[in-house]
Amino acid sequence: MASIAQRPYEYEDRRRSLRILQSHFVTGLAVIATLLVVAPLVAIFAYLLFKGASSLNWAFFTQIPKPVGEVGGGMGNAILGSGIILAIGSVLGVPVGIAAGIYLAEFGRGGRLANAVRFTADVLNGVPSIVVGMSVYALIVMRQKHFSAWSGGIALGIMMIPTITRTTEEMLLLVPHPIREAALGLGLPNWRSVLSITLPTASAGIITGCMLAFARVAGETAPLIFTAFGNAFWSHRLDQPIAALPLQIYIYAISPYDDWHRLAWAGALVLIVLIVVSVALVRYAAGRAVLKGAT
Amino acid sequence: MGVGIEVTGLNAWYGSTHTLHDIGLHIPANRATALIGPSGCGKSTFVRCLNRMHETNPIARVTGSVKMGDVDIYGGISPVAIRRRVGMVFQRPNPFPTMSIYDNVASGLRLNGYRNRRALDEIVERSLMQAALWDEVKDELKKKSGASLSGGQQQRLCIARALAVDPEVLLMDEPASALDPISTSKIEDLIFQLKSQYTIVIVTHNMQQAARVAENTGFFLNGKLVEFAPTTKIFTNPSDKRTEDYITGRFG
Repeated sequence: MASIAQRPYEYEDRRRSLRILQSHFVTGLAVIATLLVVAPLVAIFAYLLFKGASSLNWAFFTQIPKPVGEVGGGMGNAILGSGIILAIGSVLGVPVGIAAGIYLAEFGRGGRLANAVRFTADVLNGVPSIVVGMSVYALIVMRQKHFSAWSGGIALGIMMIPTITRTTEEMLLLVPHPIREAALGLGLPNWRSVLSITLPTASAGIITGCMLAFARVAGETAPLIFTAFGNAFWSHRLDQPIAALPLQIYIYAISPYDDWHRLAWAGALVLIVLIVVSVALVRYAAGRAVLKGAT
Repeated sequence: MGVGIEVTGLNAWYGSTHTLHDIGLHIPANRATALIGPSGCGKSTFVRCLNRMHETNPIARVTGSVKMGDVDIYGGISPVAIRRRVGMVFQRPNPFPTMSIYDNVASGLRLNGYRNRRALDEIVERSLMQAALWDEVKDELKKKSGASLSGGQQQRLCIARALAVDPEVLLMDEPASALDPISTSKIEDLIFQLKSQYTIVIVTHNMQQAARVAENTGFFLNGKLVEFAPTTKIFTNPSDKRTEDYITGRFG
């Protein structure tokens, strides 16, 4: 205390204003960085609204594409198709991904198999999506001799697995060790402790990982070109080619017709809104379920 | 009711580090037994050998025998079965963060397949009363998360959780070291009441605490049990020079 009191006031004030200046400067940098992160998202969304909103109407959601030359029509079949393919992908990708993540974090820790699985997941994460599509084409479509909703869903499911596996592993490893010890100390078998204590504790992060994977594959076009293929008509059959929003957007966007361009913009807008809404819904529902606990 | 614990020739390792050397002692039933000693002397390892938590670390190893009542806990019985009979309270309160107060207390029974709702209600109430937490939480049992309680309350919640499975032995590894003096004295009062029904083994750094709650005290140093005797003797007339040096504060 004494040494501070002896300092000349002038010096103190100068130091203080310098510190305040530094503080403002660094805060300013942080704000700028935040804006830079948010700006592209806002810009994309605003541009989509600007380009696509005017073409949105009831028909867009209920009708199928009109033949070339006729104006109007919608992407109802593509919205349904995307829903079906994504459901298949999630049903395959989420359980496999989470189970593999549990194995990595809880049972295989440090083992050879675990290292191999982790390495494979990381490599798979880096495989271009078109390669996944080609592989599914070679393995499934070629054998069945026709495109199908199944094969599209499988391609998307394969793409979801590595992201979900690695986030599940990381989230489980974040669960504090004392929590596991408490469970074991109560006389719970290890599998029960993992299932009923560790997994729920990490659930928020795991759900986020699943939604990230979902949102990522929801917009994938490349793996669907060789698998789901697309379809200009209503179809909900899993063994038939099926329409998907990204495919439909792609086809419309590279066409030479202005009307189709407008529909492509509207489709992109709908795709983004659907992804955001489904992610928000799942997180809301999961948040409530977790709060309720096992009561 | 509690049971006595007979430990003979207990050795423990972490990897190649020999952390417990040839420990032998008798912990009497329905008494509190305190274990003191400087950090790293092996007292925590010792209690973790009593419910086979030591071996949850993959590099850990144990030899020797521990008899709990008539049961040799290293004699072919599963560690999970042992831990149902031996409750444990840890240094830092560790309630399950996703569970309500009620679910925390009921977890040991419920997750082992116990389904009788009415009996569960009674057990939860009895356990929280035993842990002197009932009055503070009874209105929000199922609404409030275990993690939202204060540190001292959380630790009593953990005690209630351990008591709910009706153990014979209660191990406490520095249960009050992360708590303020008021919470600490509540925990000590609890130990005082609980020891009529359970055999309690408590590790502590606080020598006054050992003197207040325990009938017998063991002094550990460098992985060896230097002295094990009635608490009054340890603190007034220790037979070993090292015990005397430690309790008078000359080292550790």
